[in-house]
Amino acid sequence: MPRDLKIALGILTVAVAVGLISLRGLHRRMQGLAESQSSDEKARREVLAPEISTPSDVAQGAKIFWAAGEDRVTATTVELALSADPVQRGKQALEALIADTPSPEQRTIPADAELLAFYILSDGTAIADFSDALSSETPSGIESEQLVVDSIARTLENNVPTPRRLKILVHGQEAETLAGHVDLTGFFDLNPPNAAPPVPEPSSVAPAASPPPSPAPPKTLAPGGAPKPRR
Amino acid sequence: MHVGPVVVIDPGHGGTDTGARGSSGLVEKDVVLQVGKILRAELERMGYRVVMTRNDDSNPSYEDRAALANAYRDAIFLSLHVSSTGATGNTRAYFYQFPVPFQATDTSLLSNVVKQGSGTAIPWEEAQRPFAEQSRRLANLVQIELMHRFSQSPNAPTPAAVRNLRSVAAPAVAVEISSVSVSDPIALTSLSGLFAASIARGIAAFRPMPTPVPGLP
Repeated sequence: MPRDLKIALGILTVAVAVGLISLRGLHRRMQGLAESQSSDEKARREVLAPEISTPSDVAQGAKIFWAAGEDRVTATTVELALSADPVQRGKQALEALIADTPSPEQRTIPADAELLAFYILSDGTAIADFSDALSSETPSGIESEQLVVDSIARTLENNVPTPRRLKILVHGQEAETLAGHVDLTGFFDLNPPNAAPPVPEPSSVAPAASPPPSPAPPKTLAPGGAPKPRR
Repeated sequence: MHVGPVVVIDPGHGGTDTGARGSSGLVEKDVVLQVGKILRAELERMGYRVVMTRNDDSNPSYEDRAALANAYRDAIFLSLHVSSTGATGNTRAYFYQFPVPFQATDTSLLSNVVKQGSGTAIPWEEAQRPFAEQSRRLANLVQIELMHRFSQSPNAPTPAAVRNLRSVAAPAVAVEISSVSVSDPIALTSLSGLFAASIARGIAAFRPMPTPVPGLP
């Protein structure tokens, strides 16, 4: 083999080796950057997020429902300033559910998820609107998604006596599922302890922030062999 | 002509929707398709007619999956899933849990109900509601069989709002096995046969074939 060709091959081999090493380093740096961005974002939110405080706040034992194993939630009583206003009270309880998780094993709602809005319609429907991270970072699975729903519903019903059912939105929209399995197109029951039977108000009107009822025609099917709905 | 129930097997997810993903590369959509094919063979061997919502890496909509079951008068719907986390071999059967009727909601739903022929039509979104008790009973029988073979499984089915079940106008159950988080995929895929056989036994206990036909394809 000519000497020039040997030198060229040698240089090429060294260049490829240097390139591979650089690529691995670059990949690691990008991963590290992504992780630090995520934790930075969380830390910033924790520092800058305005504490929900109202004149009627009273420090009391709030029951927050975190995971106790992979398939159930249990109540932990934490000292929390809770408002007399049911909406503010609901926000305070849900914020505590996300931010005050005692340990990673007990976490139900992803750390990066935010409560974007919470309100209660006059018919007793609580609307909890979470950021996209609720869907994108909850482990996909019936059991894991149900755990998230249970923790939200049980925390609300044990701290806010007014609402009788819960609707979960993701970034202001109705989501088909939480993370691929659990249905978010419907409602979840809320059964506050010692609650009287619900008395819905048919004349209730949703606030401007809530999605209007769909004007679509009713979709029906007859038992056994009906057409599927229009999509 | 076939006599008896039609079992609709629904392997969850498919296509770009992988479902749960494990660090070993195991994805839910592949595992449930494998289990679905084994379950199909097992049920056909027992004499059932079986159809599948997907036989390949496609991803039918929730409505298309339900519509397949709703096209039969005597169907049983089985949706298959794998969890993201959990000890290997923990299995659960789920039946759809609707919220307690809420007057404001119910009023609007009732206005959507129309009569068709001699039967009462059912709102598509609520198609599973009239079958709630049958589904709970089917889930219970499947869970009993699973519990006998997978010791970490609970002894009772779990109510949950599983999207695949909501619009199915037939007894419908979702079954989930854990999990794609196993370090060695074989630890999970080797359970496919036992998992499928347990589900088949639960179905047979729920709706036995009147006259089993051994060897029917």
